[in-house]
Amino acid sequence: MLTLEHVSKVYRVGTFGGRALVAVHDVSFDVRDGEVVSLIGESGSGKSTIGKMILRLIPATSGRIVFNDVDISTLKGPALKEYYRRVQGVFQDPFSSYNPIFKADRVFRLIRDEFFPTIAPSEWQGRVEDALRAVGLNPGQVLGKFPHQLSGGQLQRFLIARALLLDVEFLVADEIISMLDASTRVDVLNLLADLKSRGLSILFITHDLSLGYYISERAVILYQGCILEMGATERIFGTPLHPYTRMLMASAPRLDKKWEQVEIELRGKHLESAAGCVYYDRCPEATRDRLCRTQRPALVAVDDDHFVACGRYA
Amino acid sequence: MSLQVDNLTVYYQTLRGDVQALEDATFSIADGEIMGLAGESGCGKSTLANSLIRLVPPMRFVRGQVRLDGEVLPIDDARRMSDYRFSRLSVIPQYAMNALNPTRKVGKMVAELLGSKGVDFAAMIPELKRRLDLVELSHDVLKMYPIELSGGMKQRVVMVLSTLLNPSLLIADEITSALDVSTQKAVAEMLVGFRDRGFVKSLIVITHDISILYQIADTILIMYAGQLAEKAPTDVIIRAPRHPYTKLLIASLPEVGVRYAKRRLSGIPGRPPLLLDPPAGCRFRERCSVAFEKCLEAPPFVELEPGHFVACWKELGEDADA
Repeated sequence: MLTLEHVSKVYRVGTFGGRALVAVHDVSFDVRDGEVVSLIGESGSGKSTIGKMILRLIPATSGRIVFNDVDISTLKGPALKEYYRRVQGVFQDPFSSYNPIFKADRVFRLIRDEFFPTIAPSEWQGRVEDALRAVGLNPGQVLGKFPHQLSGGQLQRFLIARALLLDVEFLVADEIISMLDASTRVDVLNLLADLKSRGLSILFITHDLSLGYYISERAVILYQGCILEMGATERIFGTPLHPYTRMLMASAPRLDKKWEQVEIELRGKHLESAAGCVYYDRCPEATRDRLCRTQRPALVAVDDDHFVACGRYA
Repeated sequence: MSLQVDNLTVYYQTLRGDVQALEDATFSIADGEIMGLAGESGCGKSTLANSLIRLVPPMRFVRGQVRLDGEVLPIDDARRMSDYRFSRLSVIPQYAMNALNPTRKVGKMVAELLGSKGVDFAAMIPELKRRLDLVELSHDVLKMYPIELSGGMKQRVVMVLSTLLNPSLLIADEITSALDVSTQKAVAEMLVGFRDRGFVKSLIVITHDISILYQIADTILIMYAGQLAEKAPTDVIIRAPRHPYTKLLIASLPEVGVRYAKRRLSGIPGRPPLLLDPPAGCRFRERCSVAFEKCLEAPPFVELEPGHFVACWKELGEDADA
């Protein structure tokens, strides 16, 4: 359904944009119909940048993003509007997604004005209520309220309902759980799982491994804009191969066992060459005789639907 | 007994009346104990911490007593508390990243802070450097501005700073929530290290992430809507909770190893009551599946087994029958 082909993003930083910051480097993966792919990485790993490029909020520097056989960078005018009918995003902070001086259901009215101006108001009202019920809200309780009168979980579900009003086929969910309380978190996660069974594809961006495991079929591990490991969720979590993935697994706090003693490098070794593996300066297994220092390992298949970019498997 | 809190009640004053954010909190923390404090947002966990540190308007002290190492703290008098703050009890605030003065180099700021407490900065330098080593920070940070440090580094600077005078009690308010998992683990383990080395006698770790507490805390106190719900050793809270709210909360946590297709987790229906005019009795009543008439009265926070406190009439009733 959606394919990223060698996508890179370079930001210009510094006073006059003199320095280049590579936020995403040569990333390729695909999301199939009715599939949830979780994009896991620390802050600064480029996961939100990828989400924004898919939503065309920022252009890719190089590479192609293909949605149903069409390169999305070529879309213009009505075709772009058609794209947004089918691809939508929901973001981390539900409180800042609303204008506090308008009622929260203004987001639905904006959708109607923009995409469905010909639909009669009564029919539209019915559709809004159906969408709200689909995300587990009681329309009578939540319509006509201001954002501050609704909880974070309710606002977040409002935004998902807004996406459902369109004929959405692909949802970019960027850290949509992290601002919510434990008790409402699971409800939003289960909602995503239900939507998936209705054929929606979801790119689930998160830094929380347990959430990614709960919901997704496949996982992509990002570090400094590069994919270090990707494949079926069971393989990534069951037999993590990259030292970074293993460090992440070992440091995620769990309820079933205590932390293992793993080496966490907070102070980086000095990276001697920019061409080396991105994880070289924190990797406990990087050695000088291997090419980690000077050569960036390519993503290779080690198993059916399990890819890893590490010098030990190259 | 390092900290003993009795019937501490703190309200927020608003134009529409008092918000009853903390109601009759009674608990104690032993020497060397790391107590986790968990609950949903708005349950009063930060109110509890702030009232121990600096109780100023709009917070209003209603009643209660707090003793630290047997000495009664004048928590309703913010000025007299400054004798205790930083030296006897200290805090790592929620947004430690923003707690550093951006216009001072870190070393200068430490010097000013120590000076305000009448401590000689020059004499503290060797100890300061030793502690920077412990949290894996280079001594150069003292010559840097906060903007030059990453979020995790600032967090560690504040940790060193807060514990420099070996306080009896350290309160860590959501210090790991803005960090990546790897830094999160390192910071959490440093807290345990501070306790083990005797820099702090006991700790209150506030977080909404119970899985972190499982890793580092000795006991966990669960709060709901301004009331204490349950306090027990960590393993008991996770494996054998007795309060209905704790049970639902633990059951709703996703873990690595759980997939929705195999085991679908459920949330807690409903939402917490507004604390401006909270319902009488147990505040969890309306979301509770086992609530009965007795719950119209506020349940006492009773020790059912040694170290296991629960505020629930159901549990009390069963205990009385047995």
